[in-house]
Amino acid sequence: MPSSPSVVEAVGLVKRYGDVRAVDGVSFEVHRGEFFGMLGPNGAGKSTAMRMIYQVTPPTSGELRVLGMPAGLRARSIKERLGVVPQMDNLDEELRVIDNLLIYARFNGIGGGRARGRAEELLAFADLGDKRRAMVEELSGGMKRRLTLARGLMNDPEIVVLDEPTTGLDPQVRLNLWTKLEELRAQGKTLMMSTHYMDEAERLCDRLVIMDRGRIIAEGAPLDLIRAHLPPFVVEARTDVGEGSRLEDAATALGLAAVRSGDRVSVFVADPDAVLSSLREKGWRLQRAFVRPANLEDVFLKLTGRALRE
Amino acid sequence: MRRWIDVRSAARVWQRNLWVYRDRWYYGLLPNFFEPLFYLLGLGVGLGYYVSSGGQFGQDYLTYIAPGLVAASAMNGASFETTYNVFVKLHFGRLYDAMVTTRVNMEDVAMGEWWWAITRSLIYGGIFLLITLFFDTPLTWRLLLAVPAIALVGYCFSAIGLAFTSVIRIIDVFAYYFTLFITPSFLFSGIFFPVQDRFPEALVWVAQATPLYRAVQLVRGIVNGAWQGVGFDVAYLLVVGTALGVFAVWRMQRRVIR
Repeated sequence: MPSSPSVVEAVGLVKRYGDVRAVDGVSFEVHRGEFFGMLGPNGAGKSTAMRMIYQVTPPTSGELRVLGMPAGLRARSIKERLGVVPQMDNLDEELRVIDNLLIYARFNGIGGGRARGRAEELLAFADLGDKRRAMVEELSGGMKRRLTLARGLMNDPEIVVLDEPTTGLDPQVRLNLWTKLEELRAQGKTLMMSTHYMDEAERLCDRLVIMDRGRIIAEGAPLDLIRAHLPPFVVEARTDVGEGSRLEDAATALGLAAVRSGDRVSVFVADPDAVLSSLREKGWRLQRAFVRPANLEDVFLKLTGRALRE
Repeated sequence: MRRWIDVRSAARVWQRNLWVYRDRWYYGLLPNFFEPLFYLLGLGVGLGYYVSSGGQFGQDYLTYIAPGLVAASAMNGASFETTYNVFVKLHFGRLYDAMVTTRVNMEDVAMGEWWWAITRSLIYGGIFLLITLFFDTPLTWRLLLAVPAIALVGYCFSAIGLAFTSVIRIIDVFAYYFTLFITPSFLFSGIFFPVQDRFPEALVWVAQATPLYRAVQLVRGIVNGAWQGVGFDVAYLLVVGTALGVFAVWRMQRRVIR
């Protein structure tokens, strides 16, 4: 949907801490109604970029407009139309579940019956209806995450900003949260998420940028990105000890791109069956080889030579 | 267009603290009753008996110390709130990080905390003042003036506490604040004896320059109807409070927004 108007526009955005350039000149746009992602390893500058967008980190230089308003100058007006789900839960431990929601409505200038109605809706959305009067510390990790999400939605935000929303969660809890995010997406909300999980980015995002060392190194829809950088399939083979580099050479000799990590070799291919048979003809038994579709992790590896998480 | 402090946002931060207090005021309030009682019994009724031989102070010792203790309790209320409580929120709870993702800016948060600390010192000092009524403090219209005076003492000491909290990085440093500032203030600010009678001139100058000395003079002046110098005390507390309060708001903003 590139024709939709942009709700976030960043041009040459830089954040410097002393000599460190946490964000080193990034430009991107987020369109209304899309699920936009920032994928990259820890320290890539995703969180800093997010913080600049939700107005708690002033950019060192560059241009940033959110909902058409200049960052910093109109911080309050921007923030009251954003919903923020930070990387770590920072719920108010001294307040009850319901009061956590109500006070956040108040912080955004919403009070009374409107706030109460909204809180009830969101308690239901977050499956916390029976925890209304509980203290935050009584909640499980997954409940806290959902409450943090619900809190970020109290002001019916135009953009929901999620900073690594599922880091450190159990697989089941992650899945549950993804469903909630997909619901929001279906309601037409603009979502913006940073993550270092390629499966999360691939499943949720309409469009994403891949970040590394403060810069954007690729941009596009997940499948387009994979298509643009790699053949569609990866043959993953595990060789006998010490044989890895020989297999890598053999694949390269066939004119294929290959990446090796110890005795595990990934070969990027268009026609996996053909490649497997030509390798087998050359005497490779490849009993433990399997074929899978190329993914964003492979794109990152191809572009940087490093894994997303190491 | 761009306001430094948004009053409504600051009021909501104040309200958040009120909600927390609403759920547990009964834990905090009871000590607030007992503390003045114990001070007035121990130092006024007990020790005072031996001190008040013949009206050294032109009045009963209990009556002499009571207004000063009211000022000191306003100081304590403000100090607890703005030191440990704010430090924990600033560094461990990530509470402020959450608040500033809403319409509320960090400046509003700092201002709201300042107002809340004044509220706490009003509760502390106000209860103390009420208790003194049972210990021979005359009930006059002037006590109505003591209420804003207590708030002013809270205003000044909250600002001092916030300013201190906004610059330190390690929680243990508060030991210095209490041992080297609050405690000597309590003992040497003319609550228990006229410092000018007992201390060398240089120390008297120091004592008289401390905020608690001015606070004690102010509250005592109001309770006794001795208005001389009260204007200066008010001005002093206002100026020191405003200067350090503005500094604290600015510093706390820099701590969180980076």
